[in-house]
Amino acid sequence: MDTVNFRDLSVAETDTKTMLAHADQQSVQRRYEDFLIVDVDGHHYENMSYAEIFEYIEDPVMRQQAKYQGYGGGGIASATSGGGYQNLGGRVTRNPRVNAEVTPKDTHRDITLTKRWMDAMGIDIVCLFPTPMLTLSLTPRPEVEVALARAYNSWLCDKVLSAESRICSTLYLPLNDPEATYKMVKDFAGRKGVVGFTVVSPHYKAVYDNAYMKTYALLEEANLPLVFHGAYAWGGDQSLQLCNKFMAVHALGFAWFNILHMTNWLCNGLPERFPKLRVAWVESGLAWVPFLMQRLDNEWMMRSSEVPLLKRKPSDYMREMFYSSQPMEMVNNREALELTFKMINAETQLMYSSDYPHWDMDLPSTIYDLPFLSEPAKRNILGGNARRFFNLEPVVSELKAKRLAARASS
Amino acid sequence: MADVLVCKDGEIAEGGVRVIQAGEVEIGVIRHDGKYYAYRNHCPHQGGPVCEGIRMPGVLDIIGEGGIFLQQDFDQKDIHIVCPWHSYEFHLEDGVNVCDKRIRLQKFKVVEKDGAVYINV
Ligand code: FES
Repeated sequence: MDTVNFRDLSVAETDTKTMLAHADQQSVQRRYEDFLIVDVDGHHYENMSYAEIFEYIEDPVMRQQAKYQGYGGGGIASATSGGGYQNLGGRVTRNPRVNAEVTPKDTHRDITLTKRWMDAMGIDIVCLFPTPMLTLSLTPRPEVEVALARAYNSWLCDKVLSAESRICSTLYLPLNDPEATYKMVKDFAGRKGVVGFTVVSPHYKAVYDNAYMKTYALLEEANLPLVFHGAYAWGGDQSLQLCNKFMAVHALGFAWFNILHMTNWLCNGLPERFPKLRVAWVESGLAWVPFLMQRLDNEWMMRSSEVPLLKRKPSDYMREMFYSSQPMEMVNNREALELTFKMINAETQLMYSSDYPHWDMDLPSTIYDLPFLSEPAKRNILGGNARRFFNLEPVVSELKAKRLAARASS
Repeated sequence: MADVLVCKDGEIAEGGVRVIQAGEVEIGVIRHDGKYYAYRNHCPHQGGPVCEGIRMPGVLDIIGEGGIFLQQDFDQKDIHIVCPWHSYEFHLEDGVNVCDKRIRLQKFKVVEKDGAVYINV
């Protein structure tokens, strides 16, 4: 009879490192310390820091409203995406439990929690996005969007980005107000850790509106990329309101808004007007890209007179843009996935993303274990492409540096 | 094949899980309704700690005459192991994935004798 080590879950502490111990094993087995891993789409729950963020609202009356009323669910942002039950009735355990996780007092809690999951997965640098604010653009009060976006961006720069070199961000643009959007880039470009700007995709402003051209020009001049981050609109979108399951609204919504904006971006010749502006499409998976390439190419051959700015097929421009990987469609479709990688020039254009801690997160092994990729292609997708896209200074995680040192001395 | 001692009977509370390390292999021993089940604590999806999530009954759609949707209900006879990373679900009885029978958890035989619980590894 053998004796064994054991742990009883009922008495185990809530701890990200324990929940992700298997991710850490993957990191060791695959020797992730040998190369840079950048996660271009990780998240935090900024709602845990509302008390701090609301202090940054410049307008004193709105600040008082926010502190009294809160954010969503009757709070000042009023209608946002409308519901959602992402944690599947408690089946995804990490989010409800994270409130109980103990963190040291001398470091901001967001930094500690973020670095814990990054270290477990072998990630060196993350581009951090908010969670509830991904649908702030759906508020009927544009001045609230501007105020909260400025507050969040200032708070993030002051409390997180300035204190931790492994965390960067593409800051929120309040698209409902084109002047405020322009001012956001003017005011925040150059702050530590700001590597670009984000359009949260669920919104009802057309990206080809002339009012945005000076913002695109400014980004291009500043050599800062523009990221379209997918999300869903439920309560406020007449089509998606027809979905009665979160699975349906999530599967469609995250892809739909990026399909919409990409189509308008191309049909209005924006890649020709701003040829040096780097653009990435984030958190819509990959299957939508070949669909849209085929569909737009087919239409363009017949209707190029409508979009004379395009000098090449829409898919040619799409192949020059960048994409994040998650949630990568991987069930029973190896051939389709391989073809998708070819169609988007994944080796140079695809960037790994985890989306952690959200329910459909992907580990780096989803890329590293793909049998049809060469080792250099894997390393490009896991870090090299993001480094180029965001102009990142490589910062290696302390944990991976230690592993490398231990290997060197043994 | 070796019998590995898991616990004295009753040491794992009803509904509880003990994760044991047997050499290289991590095994989750689940106690449910007085019975013990043992599976490798490794999810075939992305390698998550599948035994460390919750157990939940399967969900059924109740469809009435003429294809009318009536409501959903829990199927208390079919308890699922739910992986905490992305909620892939597996039947507690046999470890088979509820969406694709080809995907299954590695099962270990549980032996109860002399007031103790063992698994055959
Ligand atoms: S690793 Fe278990 S569901 Fe993904």
